[in-house]
Order: sequence, then C-alpha cells, then structure tokens
Amino acid sequence: MSKVLKDLLYSDDHEWVKKTKDNVVLVGITDFAQSQLGSIVFVDLPEAGDDIEKDEEFGAVESVKAASDLIAPVSGEIMEVNDDLVGEPELVNENAYEAWFLKVKLSDSSELDDLLSAEEYEDISE
Amino acid sequence: MNTDATLIFEKSRSGRKAVSFSDYPYDGHRPFEELDQSLLREEPALLPEVSELDVLRHYTNMSQKNFGVENGFYPLGSCTMKYNPKINDEVQNFPAFKNAHPDQPASSVQGILKIYHELANHLSEISGMAETSLNPCAGAHGELTGLMIMKAYHEKNGDYKRTKVIVPDSAHGTNPASTSVAGMDVAEIESTDEGRVKLSSLKEALGDDIAGMMLTNPNTLGIFEKDICKITDMVHEAGGLMYYDGANLNAMLGKVRPGDMGFDILHLNLHKTFSTPHGGGGPGSGPVGVCEHLKEFLPSPRVRKHDGDYYLEETNAGIGRVTFHLGNVLVWIRAYAYVLTLGHENIKDIGPLATLNANYVRELLRDDYQLPISSYCMHECVFDGLKDNPHGVRTLDVAKRLIEQDMHAPTIYFPLLFKEAIMVEPTETESKETLDRFASLMKAIAKEAKDNPDVLKNAPQKTPVKRIDEVFAARKLILSYRDYLDYKKDDEALDF
Amino acid sequence: MFKYFPHTPEDVEAMKDKIGIASVDELFQDIPEDVLFHHAYDIPSAMDEDGLRRLFKSLADQTTSYTVFSGGGSYDHYRPSVIDPLIGRQEFETAYTPYQPEVSQGTLQYIFEYQSMVQMLTGLDVSNASMYDGPTAAAEACLMACAATKRDKVLVSKTLNPKMISVVKTYLKTNNRTFVMVEEKNGVTDREDLKEKLDDDVAAVLIGKPNVFGIIEDVKSIGKLLENHKALLIENADISTLSILSTPGEDGADIACGDCQSLGMPMAYGGPTLGYLASKKKYVRKMPGRICGMTKDKDNKRAYVLTLQAREQHIRREKANSNICSNQSLMVLYVTIYMSVMGREGLIEVNKRSYQGAHALAEGLIDTGNFELAYDQPFFKEFTLKTNLNHDLIREALLEKGIFGGISLAPLGESYERLVTFAVTERRTKDEIDEVIDILGGLS
Repeated sequence: MSKVLKDLLYSDDHEWVKKTKDNVVLVGITDFAQSQLGSIVFVDLPEAGDDIEKDEEFGAVESVKAASDLIAPVSGEIMEVNDDLVGEPELVNENAYEAWFLKVKLSDSSELDDLLSAEEYEDISE
Repeated sequence: MNTDATLIFEKSRSGRKAVSFSDYPYDGHRPFEELDQSLLREEPALLPEVSELDVLRHYTNMSQKNFGVENGFYPLGSCTMKYNPKINDEVQNFPAFKNAHPDQPASSVQGILKIYHELANHLSEISGMAETSLNPCAGAHGELTGLMIMKAYHEKNGDYKRTKVIVPDSAHGTNPASTSVAGMDVAEIESTDEGRVKLSSLKEALGDDIAGMMLTNPNTLGIFEKDICKITDMVHEAGGLMYYDGANLNAMLGKVRPGDMGFDILHLNLHKTFSTPHGGGGPGSGPVGVCEHLKEFLPSPRVRKHDGDYYLEETNAGIGRVTFHLGNVLVWIRAYAYVLTLGHENIKDIGPLATLNANYVRELLRDDYQLPISSYCMHECVFDGLKDNPHGVRTLDVAKRLIEQDMHAPTIYFPLLFKEAIMVEPTETESKETLDRFASLMKAIAKEAKDNPDVLKNAPQKTPVKRIDEVFAARKLILSYRDYLDYKKDDEALDF
Repeated sequence: MFKYFPHTPEDVEAMKDKIGIASVDELFQDIPEDVLFHHAYDIPSAMDEDGLRRLFKSLADQTTSYTVFSGGGSYDHYRPSVIDPLIGRQEFETAYTPYQPEVSQGTLQYIFEYQSMVQMLTGLDVSNASMYDGPTAAAEACLMACAATKRDKVLVSKTLNPKMISVVKTYLKTNNRTFVMVEEKNGVTDREDLKEKLDDDVAAVLIGKPNVFGIIEDVKSIGKLLENHKALLIENADISTLSILSTPGEDGADIACGDCQSLGMPMAYGGPTLGYLASKKKYVRKMPGRICGMTKDKDNKRAYVLTLQAREQHIRREKANSNICSNQSLMVLYVTIYMSVMGREGLIEVNKRSYQGAHALAEGLIDTGNFELAYDQPFFKEFTLKTNLNHDLIREALLEKGIFGGISLAPLGESYERLVTFAVTERRTKDEIDEVIDILGGLS
C-alpha cells in the first residue's frame, strides 16, 4: 500500500503539489508513482527560469525498463530545480515526498483548485 | 567455469605486440610530424599492447561465455533463431566479394550485382511484390525506408496532410519509433481482447490525414489477423497505404504472400526468415519490397539489368540514398545461398513446419503455463506466466532457471499485452526431440516453482555471472574503461 | 525430408496427434481462402552444396579484385589473420542481441571494449555500438543534435563525401528538418559562408576530416567559431587516422561519427560495415542505439549489461531517440579485435605509412607533369589532383593493369571537372605506386 500525505494536493498523473508560501509550490511524484516505476535511475528536469504549462510535459523519470513523462500539474515559472536528484535519483524511491523536483512560482493559483485532495487521490491510486 | 571478465586493457604490457611490419621503402620520407602541430593529437590513444596469442585467448574465452544457435535451443519469440547454414558462410567468404571496392565499375562487379538482382527478384516473388531493394541494413532501417516511400508517394500526389500512420497498440516498438524518425505521427489503435486489430478502432482512426497503416501479420502475439482483407480494403478506401512488417514472415512461407493480402510496401528481415546470422544483434539486412505503382520511390541506387548486363541506377526520383552503398552485401549473399539451397520445393514447407512446431510446444506446456489466447498460434506461442503459482514466481525467474540448463530463454515480457508474457518461437529447424526436451525442462521448472521456488529466484547459478544489477549500471553509467578507472579512483571499496 | 527440416513423417504424425489435428492446414484456418497461395514459387529448384559452390565460384569469377588506389569512404587496409577465425566462431556469429546478459557476457564485454576504444580515439566521453555505416551514423548524429538543441536546421559542409551528404539529406528531409549546404572554398569548408549561415535556428554543423578531397580540415578553428553558439559541432572523422590526427574532443566537437570499415573490415563492396557515434557525456541520453555498461552481479562480481535502455524504441516507442534496434555487434567485434592486434603503435604505423605512401604517389604524379595539386592544403592518405587528362582514359589505363584508382570528381560540379582523387593505404607497395606513376605519366 503506497503512502499518501494528508496535507498535499495531487494530480491524476501521480504528482504531488505542496504549497510553501504565497504562490510558490513544490512539485514531485507520489509514492505510488515511484513504486510503479521501480528503482529510478534518472530524472530529466528542465532548468530554473523555464516556464511550465499545466498538462504539458516538462521532463521524464526513468527506471531500468520504463520511462514516464512528467506532466505539469500547475503553470508557472521554475524558481529552483532539485539538483540532488541528478546524482542520486534513488532519493525518489527512498522518500517520494521529500524528493521534490521543482519549486514553481504559480502564474494562476486558481489551478490549485483543480487538483485532487489526499482522499480523492487515494481512490485513484489503489 | 569460465569467469574471467578482465578487459583487454588490463592485460596490456608496455611494448608487447601482436603485429609486425616489414621495412617500408618510404620510411623517413615525409613523416606525418611535418603537419602543423595543431592538426595532431596531443597524447597517443591508450590502446592495449598484447601478443597475438593474448588476443586469440582473450576473445576465444569471451566467445565461451556466449550462447549461439549451435550451443542449443534458442526459442526467442519474434526473433526467428533458425539454424544459420555453414554453406552460406562459406560462399560469402570468396575473396572476390570481400575485396570489391564500392566504387568499382559495374562491369567489374557483375557477379555481385547479379546476386543482388536475382535475390531481389526471388524475394519479390516470395512476398508477392513488384520490386525489392536490398539496400536497407536492418529491419528497422527497412521500416524507415518503407515509411519514407509512403511519405514520398503522398507528397508526390500533393497530399501533404497525410502525416499519420496507424499502428496497433500491440506492434513492435520499432513501428512507432520508425514513424517518428520518418517525420510522421503515430495514430495508435486498440486491439481486441484476443489481440487482433479492432475494426471499430481502425474505422475511427481512418481519415484524410492517414498516410497508411503498419501491420505485422501474424501479429506480435503470433496469431493471424483474419480480417486482413477487410483491413487492407478499409485503409485503401481511405487513401492510405498498407505497410507489412516482415518480422513474422516465417509463418507465412508457403501459405500466403503479403502482396496478395493487399500490402503495398514491406520489409523483410534476412536475419530472421532467410537464415543469416544475427551476429549478436547485427549486421542484419532489411530489404524493402513495393508494389508496381511505388517502384519509382525505391532508394538509390537501384540495380537494373539491360541486355544481360547489370548496372547501377542513381536516381533522384525516389526517396534518395539511405545507405553508403548497396547495404550489407555479405549478408544478402548468404540469403541468396539459402534461397537457392531450399528452392521452391522446400521454402513452401517452412511456414507449415514452423507453425506445427509452435503449436506442438503450445500443446505440451498448456497444463503448466497460462494460455491467454485460445486459438491455434502461428509460428510462435505466447504464455502468460505459470498456471499454478502459489509462491509468486515470475516469468523472469523461469527464464533465468532455463538459461542455466543449456537452453536459451524464450522472449519474456513481450508482447506487452500480457503481464508475465513468455513467447516461444521454435522455428522449423528444431526437431521433435528438442521440443520434447524443452517442454520437459519447462515442466520441471513449473514443478520447482511450487516445491522449491528459491531455486528459481536464485537462478542462474551455473552461468559465468549470476543475476546482474541493472540498476547499478543505469545509475553509475560506467560506459568505458576510462569511466571504470575514474570510478575506481572515487570508490576503491567497490572492487570488481 | 530436407536437410534443414528434421521432421520425420512419424514425428509429424505424432505432433499432429498431440495437437489434435488431422492436417497441418487446420492450423492456418484463420487465413481467408481467397488469399491463400496455391502455386509453386517461381524460383529455382533446390541446389546441393556442390552446385552452390560452383555457382558462387562463377559469380566470384565475374567479380574482379583490383589493386586499390581509391578511397571515398572505403579503404584497403591490412586485415590481421586472427580476425576472421574469431569472428567466425558461432558463439559470436549466431547469438542474438544480449537480452539475457548472464549468457551473453562475451558479446557484452567486447561491446564495452569497443566503446572504450572509440572513447580513446575520439577523445569524447561516450560511444554507442549500433550504427549501420558512416553515412547513417552522420544522419543519426544530426537528428541527435536537433533533439539536444531543440532546433531544426543542420549546416552540412559541401566537402563531405557526396554519398554521405545524400544520406544525411534523405534523413533530415524525412524528419522534417532543414538541410543547408555550406560552400567549399580552396578545398575546405568556406568559413565566411559558414558564419553567414550560422543563425539561431542551427542545431549543428557537420564537417568531415579528412574531407572528400583527402584534406585535413582545421576543425579546431570551426570549434572555436562555435564556442559561444548553441549549435553543436559534429565531426565526421576517419577513425583510423585519429591515432595521429587531433581528436574530435581536442577539436571541440560535441559529437563524432564516421565509418569503421578501415578498422579491420573487408571493403565487401560497401557493406556490412559499422558506423561509430561518440559524444560528450551530457548528450548521452539523446544518443541512439545500444550502449553497454559495466556493473556487478549479485555476488559483486564484474559483469556487463545493456544500459540506458529507457531511451530506446522497445520502451519509448514513438518517443524514442531513434528506431535503431541493431547493435551491429559482429562488426563491433572486428574493430575490437583489430585494435587489440594493432595496439598503441600498430595503428600509428598503419597511418604513418598511409600518409607517406600517399605523399610519395602525389609527388610522383605531379613530377610527371600531367598533374598538379588541386588545393594547397595538408592531406592524409587520400588526395586530389588537377589534370588535363581525360578521366576515362586515366581510369581505363589503370584498370587494364588491374589497378583501381583515380576517381573523377567531375560529378560534384563544374568547378571540379578536372579533379581526380587517389588513396594510398599501408598495403600499397613501392612497386605498385611506381607502376601507377609510370602508367599515368605515360598518358597524354
């Protein structure tokens, strides 16, 4: 049974979004997603300063025999990218909710309303 | 057991040699050092320094860690690992073929050009097409070439909106990948529960943006697309072309020709159907055949015949050049020898015997392995893991147990439609005894899965290496000897 | 019964019984009746081995072997005797792609050694083991650069081999990319034209070294030109010459590619050969084809395995870097064995001799008065001369003496009408070189 944290928001594409302060969020993939992929060997991320667009692809995660595109759960400008994941992609397997991918400044905070609650996400990730 | 994994670089000793040169009359004349220093490399390349016998032992030792068709049964599904006849090797080895320079005048290579022309004609006859080009170097290269022809045909008609290619979700990964490289988009369609093309999905996908459809038949599940005539009609009516992926042609030999099923373009894999060796993954050969109205689009150069003489035609009318010259000459020479050895009397038996063998294996193993498809198979059969499996033994474990018992494993985890897929393609060159022995090993493994699952989960034990850490490989990316030395410097604790 | 089909009539009966069919035709019941093939194939009758040997002997007799003084991407270098017996071992020759690594360590280890050798010669970081030949490797390199830079235009130097240009053009066109030719000036890539065409849409610049004229282009200066530009530099280098010439890594190339035929393979009328493709590490995930990595087994023992597979067609399907699924393995083995035999000094010696022989022939031909150097540029084992002699005359005079060389460059265009090229490898003796000089010196 994979873990779902109560205070996060989720997307259908198995990403989590965590509000930090006004209009800034962290984005990562869920515990369910990492368990489905198995041992993650590479995380392909955009660069700080790039914009991401909700529902558009912004990168990919690879395990040995699978690759999965990352779909932006929100739109905005990337303020920071978690460079630790480049050298140590296994951090995602160890704790998917600590291993954030992007720090994003939202361009439209109302997009958060479209995301799923922990309860809703639990229903689709069983 | 043979366990030496030392690299040739690690066997190197300064000054040791495996080559000797006699005196050179121009020695001292115009040394290359006269070139501007900036044009020269700064440090010598650190290639190994070993003796001739070192080289022979090193690579002979390596060969013994491999498994070839002559080692034992090689039932890899969708790969057609048939016997690779020795006579084919012998005749391609004539010095005249190996010494020919590709720019030599056509009049001096009539023998090679004749082989090309004759083999291409025979392949056209066997596949029911109008003309065949032997230029593409591999199956995937043939696919790409075929798709370029499809695209060029529509462009010539001014039909620029036809940019989508229909590919069933069960197709080999090369089909969608080739489509992308050919600059077209993939329109993936769903399969029926039994794994065939779903006509309703096909109908929905068809439109004036469709360039054509790629289809493998028998499909990747090893079953025949029985609606094939309806499928080709539907695609043609919508203005698209039908592409035949020849991966599974072996089953069709003697029974049906792709051209007669309505296909317009196809590629064949000489390294599958026509017995040329796989070479550990290459070189292959992927001839492309087309129907009459697509001949003009074939890649350049084309080999033509006039008044008994063969010549090369460089043409700008078609898709252009896809290879350096005429593709993998020494590979298609082997295939020509194969076709002539079998002749029309024997080629027609390949499909029936390959299919008989596959159905026999299917029957022998159906009590122990899940059969997800109820109908007869063609040249290969698919199982979906173990039937009675209380300890959750996986297909991977079954395969690893088999490879330590003098047989190669079947293809596993393909087709993707079945989670624990095991795909067995025995080919027509295997005897009943071999199939019986394979079945008895597979049955014994099924029994072990119940009684002693650890034997499977810890397998293989009797191979040069045990189960391999692929995650380590993908995370560390040690891709050369230099990477290895760098890595060892950083982490001496890990000693291998 | 036939020799490749082991089925006795009793076997067939027993197998049919087990399956529960009366006739093998029942297995084909899914094929619509009206497309079944009921005829005999219109191909010849079966031949026995002796007949086959006779036939191929006669075909070989209709194929002439020449003393080769020609290059153009295919070179007559010395091939050590140990190569063919090792290549012919069925464990190498008949094996499949190493999908079960525990029983494929032979294939995997030589791929790893090959990648290491390509790394050493190119001075770049990573190499694949998958390309069909030099031209397709160049085409894949261009597509790789487009993917890495997310740009669509490739500048291709006119000084590349025309066959290569043609393949690159075919690939770029079909992939909906823009192909732009950079002009030639004095036998090398025209720097001014290159600068002019180098805009922000350019993904890569493709340059050859040595080029179609045999000239060693100063790729370093082009590397410098591109230093502050996002476009990648692709160097198409004759890999054998890299034992002497500056490496693509030193030249500032991002990707190197070319044909490996000169490393132990027969010319074989153009194939099979192998294309090499190497790049800086940061582009490794954009690289097409198979790549082998070193790893460990569960007992911590050294092992080799195909890695980075998530880039490939069987996983990524239409999003894969390329559709390639060959690894051209057996040709990789030619290279690995060849370079092990030649070693550090041998490969240098081969190139040193080729360089000297080529210069001796060029000087000798010029001394006859019938030829002059086409361009005042440094060349390697291939060179281009200007002549007033008829090109057919040159070719025929040589062919008559069993020599193939002096290829006309007239097909390249009007300004090349009087140019012919020659190539000399270390295999050409002084007698052979002198004979060419004699024959062509006597023409008028």
